[in-house]
Amino acid sequence: MIAALLLGICFLVFDAPSGFAAESLVQKQAPKFVRHDLNGEEIQFGSLRGKVVLLNFWATWCAPCQLEMPRFVQWQRQYGPQGFKVIGISMDDDPALVRRVVRRLKLNYPVAMGDEELGALYGGVLGLPLTFLIDRDGKVRAQFQGETGLKTIEDQLKRLLSEP
Amino acid sequence: MRFGLVQNLGTIAALAMVLAAPAPMRAQGPMGTPSASSAFSIPGSQQLQPEELNRLLVTKGANKPLMLQVGSHLLFAEAHIAGSEYVGPGSQPAGLDLLKNRVAQLSHKTFIVLYCGCCPWNRCPNMGPAFKLLHDLGFTNVKALYLANNLGTDWVDKGYPIERGR
Repeated sequence: MIAALLLGICFLVFDAPSGFAAESLVQKQAPKFVRHDLNGEEIQFGSLRGKVVLLNFWATWCAPCQLEMPRFVQWQRQYGPQGFKVIGISMDDDPALVRRVVRRLKLNYPVAMGDEELGALYGGVLGLPLTFLIDRDGKVRAQFQGETGLKTIEDQLKRLLSEP
Repeated sequence: MRFGLVQNLGTIAALAMVLAAPAPMRAQGPMGTPSASSAFSIPGSQQLQPEELNRLLVTKGANKPLMLQVGSHLLFAEAHIAGSEYVGPGSQPAGLDLLKNRVAQLSHKTFIVLYCGCCPWNRCPNMGPAFKLLHDLGFTNVKALYLANNLGTDWVDKGYPIERGR
């Protein structure tokens, strides 16, 4: 356990590697999309203007993804009243597996199934997790590929929330 | 270095929670030792570096392997190594069945390269079981493509050949 923990720490203290879509969308308008979440509710990405959005691509087989998601739940609860919104996009093939994880982790934010069209729209999702922070004007302000320090993400989202 | 150790205590605690999670999620066995389902279980001698595979693919007359992706179909559809086939996630029984069926008629000496690239190598739940299955079936010339981070970073970003679509 100790060895595994130390190995984990080594991954955390170094920069997360840049990925296929790295920085290609940063400072650009976030691509709009419309999808239905697992409950059948429509997610209109364009209608989220005025909110700070954390868009998270994940999958049930992705361990680092499931390390992050409980924190996203916490942030949604903590920062939601300030205009913060988490949206999860599962890159799984089987929605049944996704529903199980959504229930197990008690996700309090909408999750939709992804597809190659949505992946391409966001520059290619070829490694998970992949997370975008989008400001109140709909502009992508940060992108995190792979295992990233959650404090780094939280600091950035708090900064975005403090912007008018 | 993007952030410091002290700043990440919360994250480290979360990591410890994941390490205590069920094995299929973290691909490690008790006490942090690699389980049979982990990519850690694949010996270094059986791993193939991306540049080596690319060299094989672009070299005329080289012995071209049968390349099988054992991860997500959706990620395969977004991009996959040119000439490779999707056979299903090695972490799931259905995926292993597909792999078993795909190789059923092949000689055990067939040069096969397995790859996934869904997430970092040390986190990949698919490679270990797929590799073990082929080993158990008696295949003697199987290599596991070592993608340290993911397919995007370690293959696509390097300009190696890809195709899109299912």
